[in-house]
Amino acid sequence: MRTPPSLVSLAIDSALAQLSNISDLSFLPDHILIDLFLSQWSILKFEYLSGENSAGEAPCGIFKLPVEGFLKRTLRAGKLTEKILKLFIATGKEEVLSHIEALNIQLVLTPVLPTSKKNLSMSQIIDDNDVDIVIGALHSDLTPFLDEWRPVFSRFHLIIVKDPDLKDELKIPGGFNLHVYTKSDIDKAVGSASSASLFSGYSCRYFGYLISQKKYVVSIDDDCVPARDNNGGLIDAVAQHISNLTTPATPFFFNTLYDPFCKGADFVRGYPFSLRNGVTCALSCGLWLNLADYDAPTQALKPGQRNSRYVDAVLTVPARTMLPVSGINIGFNREVVGPALLPALRLAKEGKFRWETVEDIWSGMCVKVVCDHLGVGVKSGLPYVWRKERGDAIESLKKEWEGVKLMEDVVPFFQSVRLSQAAVTPEDCVIEMAAAVKERLGPVHPVFARAAEAMVEWVKLWKVVRTRLSP
Amino acid sequence: MAVVPSTKVVAPLKDELDIVIPTIRNLDFLEMWRPFFEQYHLIIVQDGDPTKTIRVPDGFDYELYNRNDINRILGPKASCISFKDSACRCFGFMVSKKKYIFTIDDDCFVAKDPSGKEINALAQHIQNLLTPSTPFFFNTLYDPYREGADFVRGYPFSMREGAPTAISHGLWLNIPDYDAPTQLVKPRERNTRYVDAVLTIPKGTLFPMCGMNLGFDRELIGPAMYFGLMGDGQPIGRYDDMWAGWCAKVICDHLSLGVKTGLPYIWHSKASNPFVNLKKEYKGIYWQEEIIPFFQSVTLPKECTTVQKCYIELSKLVKEKLGHVDPYFQKLGDAMVTWIDAWDELNPPAVPATEPVAKKDAPPPKAK
Repeated sequence: MRTPPSLVSLAIDSALAQLSNISDLSFLPDHILIDLFLSQWSILKFEYLSGENSAGEAPCGIFKLPVEGFLKRTLRAGKLTEKILKLFIATGKEEVLSHIEALNIQLVLTPVLPTSKKNLSMSQIIDDNDVDIVIGALHSDLTPFLDEWRPVFSRFHLIIVKDPDLKDELKIPGGFNLHVYTKSDIDKAVGSASSASLFSGYSCRYFGYLISQKKYVVSIDDDCVPARDNNGGLIDAVAQHISNLTTPATPFFFNTLYDPFCKGADFVRGYPFSLRNGVTCALSCGLWLNLADYDAPTQALKPGQRNSRYVDAVLTVPARTMLPVSGINIGFNREVVGPALLPALRLAKEGKFRWETVEDIWSGMCVKVVCDHLGVGVKSGLPYVWRKERGDAIESLKKEWEGVKLMEDVVPFFQSVRLSQAAVTPEDCVIEMAAAVKERLGPVHPVFARAAEAMVEWVKLWKVVRTRLSP
Repeated sequence: MAVVPSTKVVAPLKDELDIVIPTIRNLDFLEMWRPFFEQYHLIIVQDGDPTKTIRVPDGFDYELYNRNDINRILGPKASCISFKDSACRCFGFMVSKKKYIFTIDDDCFVAKDPSGKEINALAQHIQNLLTPSTPFFFNTLYDPYREGADFVRGYPFSMREGAPTAISHGLWLNIPDYDAPTQLVKPRERNTRYVDAVLTIPKGTLFPMCGMNLGFDRELIGPAMYFGLMGDGQPIGRYDDMWAGWCAKVICDHLSLGVKTGLPYIWHSKASNPFVNLKKEYKGIYWQEEIIPFFQSVTLPKECTTVQKCYIELSKLVKEKLGHVDPYFQKLGDAMVTWIDAWDELNPPAVPATEPVAKKDAPPPKAK
């Protein structure tokens, strides 16, 4: 004879249906909470990306339940959404948290991060402590910038590096967890000769990369504010960069539906299965609404042109394809490629507007070569930031043409440079590249010879500073 | 600096473009496309039973070919044209006399953009084909020739002329183009993301080309658009467009031609049966693990200066390097040569289009 359902199980079934309307679960007795939680475990909403295993499993995009973790109830109608997961986490109950860990629930999508500061070891739901936001301050009053970014930045540690050429005192609003580095800090850390040649202007942010202790770094120009997507929602650029960096990249074959790891998409017909695991994404290049990152001639020719097209895609830039990486809005995995982001190509008349620099373009191509060589990926696309009006393209054009012309030599060089099998770390790669720069580009223009030297110096500096910083 | 195509007329290129549609059922879907297609010439390739009459909605100017016509026109060379597979569409590419081709499946309908406006897919393909591609260096703002976009800082000026665009690969809303295993696991997934971008697939990068919403410049790349041996009597299906895409991309890279992907979207309405698909694709899923590295490593000699020469060279390499995978590839390599022979016969070089070489009987009535 079939046992009739208990009152408790009926109540749980009813609660399951209503869960999205409940705002607080902490009043529930633990055993009911666990039961409710496990019932919510649904394979439709979460991607199971297990660290080791997938032997013989179907390609990415499939979900599997670890048999040992799956306990009392099977799939139910409810879905374990982010909101509901947060509810469970917020109860703070040990057993719930350990179940979450045991089931290895991993959010692959852009996480709405739990507001709790608990150090939950959920890989892929990032620990705030894994991220540094590095801001190069070219403006002294950072109040409007930081106030606009407050909803996004406030949970993270910020490294603010003041352009050594900036004379005025920095104005920084309260409520952030941050460290500020000025010229004297930089001089003390690296010596004033290096600091002058390596870290002036936009390149000041590289000092932040040098001393950061975190796994992920996100860097945004101080004349950008959060953009809005097509639904009017504020874009959390940091969350998107982290999502890009914590989901695989697919550099070896192009997926026509763009990022196959994002919700609602997958690998298309014809995509080889052996390539569907993807590789680590080391660099995430974001874009800009309003003032796009054009060079001075282009912007001067089209003074009124503003970028209003929101392209809802992230894609992996294929292996061996070079791209102009704009430093305005980037994120990277410092542990994988940190030393390859470097200040090396400094124009003679480099200025304080992006039109008057190419340091990020050079750095970006170094990183791409390194990534291609080490077999890791680079993504481009979302997130967007809103870049404010600043400067006059025509004035910049009068001052600085050189950068534009240098690209004619820079791009073919990076497209053809090849590294040896012996180069297995980013540092090795940079040294080999520097030698190639010196040999092939040095004779073309003195700025390249200096770039090669800067690259070698940078690697030395990186080693010295990293050694000093390690425990 | 962006280049804006000078034609913004209602039916651009209407005398220079053919719409090729393979079908085995009916062409009712054309009703929905009428405002966009009516002024263009259609080439219908009727697959399957040639005794069946395919009804074409009134008002369209078309020519229709069934299996009997294909056999009659090509004679023994007809062996290279697949039967019982939409791969037969490439026959339409061969008999066309126009510069541009747009091909679409009969279960593809007009999609709407996020503002609710109906998308004129054909006009977008034309725009893609008439503006240059940028295969030599990636532009992070996607197609710089689109209105409102441009080349970004760092893009060398010497590369801003771009390359001629040979292929325009469109995408699909609703039913995405997944393979059978993915369909089985995610039967309900629908593509609802409208990505407002056209971009050039970089030189040296291969991609999976889907034939359901595709435009190309026949004069630039036509002979490479052979959709292989699929369907009836063949060990594989649903890889026809993939095969054409891999061959065409290698040749485009060699000849410095561009391939764009992205807009336009069409609305793909029919999800084919995943079990049927699995049977067709099964071998392909394993074979593509060998095929992809083959195409990724192919280099064509400098002497191959035309598409046909490149293609013949490719056919030799296919037999040599993929022959060990399955005897099918020997057959395929031979069929590739037959295709080029047939193409050259129907499209003799540098002869004004007054002397048709093909022995076509009077074409079926062209209703107007």
